[in-house]
Formats: sequence, C-alpha cells, structure tokens
Amino acid sequence: MKLEDKKRVLKEMVLHRRFEERCYQAYIERKIGGFLHLYPGQEACCNGVMEAARPGYDYVITGYRDHVHAIKCGADPKEVMAELYGKETGSSKGRGGSMHIFDAGKRFMGGYALVGGPFPLAAGIAKGIQLKGGDEIAICFLGDAANNQGTFHETLNMAALWKLPVLFVCENNLYGIGTAIERSTAVVHQHKRVCGYGIESAECDGQDIEKVYEAAKVAVNHVRTGKGPYFLELMTYRYRGHSMSDSRGYRTREEEEEWKQRDPIYILRDRLIAEGAMTVADFEAIEKETDAYIENEVIKFSEESPEPKVEELEKYVFAERDTQLRWLTGQA
Amino acid sequence: MANIMYWEAIQRAHDEEMARDPLVICMGEDIGVAGGTYKATKGLFEKYGPLRVMDTPISEGSYTGLGIGASFLGVRPVIEIMSVNFAWLAMDQMFNSAAKVRYMSGGQLTAPCVFRAAGGAAHQLGAQHSARMEKVFMGIAGLRVVTPSNPKQAYGLLKSAIRSDDPVFINEHELMYNMKGDVPDTEYFHPLEGSEVTRPGTDVTLFGYNISVHWNLKAAEILDKQYGISAEVVDLYSLAPLDREGIRKSVSKTHRAIVSCEDEAPVSVGSEVMAIINEECFFDLDAAPVRINSANVPQPYNHTLEKATIPNHEDVVQAVLKMFGKA
Repeated sequence: MKLEDKKRVLKEMVLHRRFEERCYQAYIERKIGGFLHLYPGQEACCNGVMEAARPGYDYVITGYRDHVHAIKCGADPKEVMAELYGKETGSSKGRGGSMHIFDAGKRFMGGYALVGGPFPLAAGIAKGIQLKGGDEIAICFLGDAANNQGTFHETLNMAALWKLPVLFVCENNLYGIGTAIERSTAVVHQHKRVCGYGIESAECDGQDIEKVYEAAKVAVNHVRTGKGPYFLELMTYRYRGHSMSDSRGYRTREEEEEWKQRDPIYILRDRLIAEGAMTVADFEAIEKETDAYIENEVIKFSEESPEPKVEELEKYVFAERDTQLRWLTGQA
Repeated sequence: MANIMYWEAIQRAHDEEMARDPLVICMGEDIGVAGGTYKATKGLFEKYGPLRVMDTPISEGSYTGLGIGASFLGVRPVIEIMSVNFAWLAMDQMFNSAAKVRYMSGGQLTAPCVFRAAGGAAHQLGAQHSARMEKVFMGIAGLRVVTPSNPKQAYGLLKSAIRSDDPVFINEHELMYNMKGDVPDTEYFHPLEGSEVTRPGTDVTLFGYNISVHWNLKAAEILDKQYGISAEVVDLYSLAPLDREGIRKSVSKTHRAIVSCEDEAPVSVGSEVMAIINEECFFDLDAAPVRINSANVPQPYNHTLEKATIPNHEDVVQAVLKMFGKA
C-alpha cells in the first residue's frame, strides 16, 4: 500500500472504531433499540479488501454487522447513525435499523439478518453484472458461521458453475454467536471447504491490513478478469460480544487480551510511526478529531433529525402505485 | 382470439417478454434443455440461450435467492419452482429478501421478480407433491399473489407480473396446464389486482380461484337448470391483495356466500374471504356464509382416499341447497 493510502485508511479505521464505540454508548443510553452487532477488532478485513476493490463501484453485500461496510462503501456516517436512531434521515429512512443499512447509490446492497442469506443474493448480483456486461464485481462479506448454512454450498456450486464475478470474503472471527468454531464446525479453516467446488481460495491474517490488501488484490483481480468466483478467508476477532445482549461467557478474558495485542489499528499505527510517517501525537490528534466529528456532526444530526411519520407507515411496502397502474389495473 | 392451452399461454408470455427486454430471464429446474416439466418454457432455451434460460441445480432456496439478487440490478427473472411443495425451501429468500427489501431499505432496492409454481393436488402424487400453499404466500407483506384460472389469465397475469416492480408469486395448478381457452391475439395485460364476475347471478355468490372457479361454474349451471337458483361466480384471481370491494359488491347484491377453495380450512384463503364478508357485509347477509375446503390431512396416496380429500362441484351444489333449505 502507498504511504498516503495507509495514512488515509488509518484515519478511516479510527472513525470505524470510534463510530462503533459511540453506538455502544448510545445503546446503553437507549437511543438505539433492537439488536446491535459491533465491528471493533475486525476493521482491517473490510478496509483491506475494499482498498483493493472499488468502493462505490463494486457491489457489496453483508450480514447484520454492517455499519462499517456501508461507511466504507461511501455511506454517510451521519445517515448510518440516524438509521440506528430510527430517524427519517437514516439510510433506510428508519425502516431498517442496525441490521438493515442500505445505500444503493453507493452500491452497498444491504445488511441482512438471516445468517447465510446474502450468499445467493451476492451471486445474483454477480449474475446481474454478467447480464449487463459491466466490469464491476460483487463482494459478499460474511462470518465463518454462515458457512454452515445450505446457502453457502448451494451458492458456491452455482457461482463456480456459471463463473460468476463474485468474491466471497469470510471474516473468520472464531465464534458463531456464542459457540466457538471448533464446537460447531468440523473444519476450522474455512477456505479448505471450498476446494470441492473448484473455487480458488486463500487464507490470510485479518488483523494486518497490508496483508489483507495484498491477498485481496489477487482475489479482486481474479474475479474482475473473468476467472470466476474467489473465496478469501481472513482470520480475525471481534472484541465485543456477538450483539449487545452477549456477556461473552463462552470465552476467556485472556484470549481477548491476546487478540487485542494484535489490534488492526495499532498494527498500522505502529508501522507508520516506525516508518517515521507519523508521531504518537499525530495519532492522538486523529482520535480527537474523529471524536469531535462524531459528536458534533454524526450524533447531533441523529439527535436532531425527525422521526418517520406514522401516516407513512405503509410507504415502501409496494412500488409507487402510479408508476405501475397499468399492471395493477389493466388500464394504461 | 387463439384457443390455446394454459401452458402455451404461459410460454407465449415468457417469449414475448424475453424478446422485448434482454433483462427478462427465466430460471428453474429442467426449464431449459428439457423445456420445462409442464412445457411452460418450451423452446426458450433454443431461442435465448443458456445465459437467459437457466437450468438450475436442485437448490430451490439458493437459486431463488440468486434470482432475487439479480433483480436488485434491474434483471427481471421469472423463477419457476417445479412443484409448489419445493417452495418451502425457497420461502426464506422469497419472504425475507424479496418481500421485505423495498421496505427495509426505505425504498432504495426493489425485487421485481416473478415466482411461478405448480400447486394443487394432481393424481396420487402423495403428501409431499400435492400441497396447496397459496395461503402461506398471501399473508406476507410486500408480496403480490395471483392465481390464474384460465389460459387468458395465465398469459396476462404473467405479462403484468414481469412488468411489475413488486415481487409476484403466481400460483398455477398441476391439473390445469392442458386446459384450453381463448387468449387475445394482441398483447394483453391482466390486472394484478381485483376480481372477475365470471358468471353473473342474483341469489348466492360462489367465490373461488384457480381450479375452484371451475367447480363453481359447473355448480352454478346445475343450480340454475335443476333448482332455479341463480348463482354468481366470482373469480378471486388476486389473493394478495384480495379484492375487498369486489367481495362486498357481490355479497351485498346476493346476500349469500359460499367460498370454495382447494386448500385446507384452517388459516386458509377462505378464512380471509369469510373475514372480509363479515367485516363488509354482515348486515347484508341472509344466511351464514359457508366454506368448502379440502380435508385437513397430509394428502393420501390411495386413489379413493385422495378423492375424499378434495372438494368438487357437487359439494358446492349441496352447500347451496342446504343454505336454501332444499337439501
């Protein structure tokens, strides 16, 4: 990665981390309802892959741990937070919530809450690209536990069969909700599971963004040049529980501390400092600026935005009536 | 007017729409090289090729999801589920993805796809190939459900469903693919909403959809000729949304209603029609409305037992006679 890119991405990762920590706080304050799945610890995965791809151009789809993926594709953090607040200005106009962030304009095709559900949707997006003849690719970010759904195997088969331009990124954070991977899955290293479908794959350290970036470059290039799907497994860890209702009783604090020694943000920060491209003070300034931005713009916007109108409860269930009157009534 | 079969009407709708728009595709098990179990996609593979006429693996859940994902990009897939019984495997994607994506994205994404499935009891296909599942689909917000009772509807409903920006489930019937009927020679779009008065009458309304419209028509004929009772036959080709106004209009005229359906009574299409009659026409009624449904059992294989589970026109006639105190 170029130095300038590394400095920019470090800033972005700090935003992603602080954004999520701020969500945590807002949830405790009951500003955010429902389920909330946070991303800290895994930032190098999304950032490393998307640095090798084209955010806003390539189509991205993921599960319910989706805030950072949306922001990385270009979604406005203010709109993502407003969505968590359930406001009309939210990315999904307050109708989606944390697990259903969408930004179609930035080609972020959404967060979905059924584990494994996005696999076929991603392949379908790739099918759409194939039919339309573009050079975009579809990128599907999901966790390791999704690979135990039938959709994983069914989709890999079809993606390989039809050589669809789709990159499957498996963020292997070692836990499916509260069950350790070795207790739910016969094979811990997920890339081994795709060989049977004749799909190219690789495994990579998901904590070091430069390693992720290099592996993702190979993967993205493979898919974009028409060689069919690719499966990239990133070994990573989520610091917080699966969701806010999770007290992490299924793993030890020692294990968590061990992973935190390999924090994706600090790995990049320390490297930049060692290279003389940044000082500790510079980094602290970034953190301070980020917090100020989140407080003064993101939170302020979300707090001050209006609620959706109850009169518009049924809006968006179906397409606008006037645009499809002919098909509904038979009259032009 | 061409007098063609139900399957030919469906095939023609596919063909016209695929010729018009390169983003209309069809997919499903055995629909391409084999031409489709019910021939509904016959000849399309040869004409449009494997990229647009996709023989899928037997993975209903995921090929349905794949079609839905493609529809996010403006592709209009017609997804055939060979037998509606297999749709249980695809419902996650139909309901959680297609039906909800517009709402949960605040109107940003839409899933303009069509799901077609053959439902109903045919001949001794057993418990896992005889289901009537329209009752399940019609309760899902964001999904339109239509069910053609003749070739004209089969053609026109599929044409409209492909053009519609909403996901549409089309419930066909295994026993009706060879039924003949008149279809306009010129392009025709059947409304996705509403109902049709197939036979006007004054004394009792016989509600039905798909195959039960034909029981009702036969019953109306007998009631008229043998008993002097004038029955109105209403075809509820749209199950979601149901035509509340059409139901109200007919019952407020005839003051009596029979709802005949091939599905089982609990939580059925008939339950919903009865609820609407109750809400809209309670004070217009001269008799308690009656439902006619299949027996609530897994479909038996044995021919005699199977016959005993499925209603027919005689059940409709008997129900009307009982209502009029003549049985």
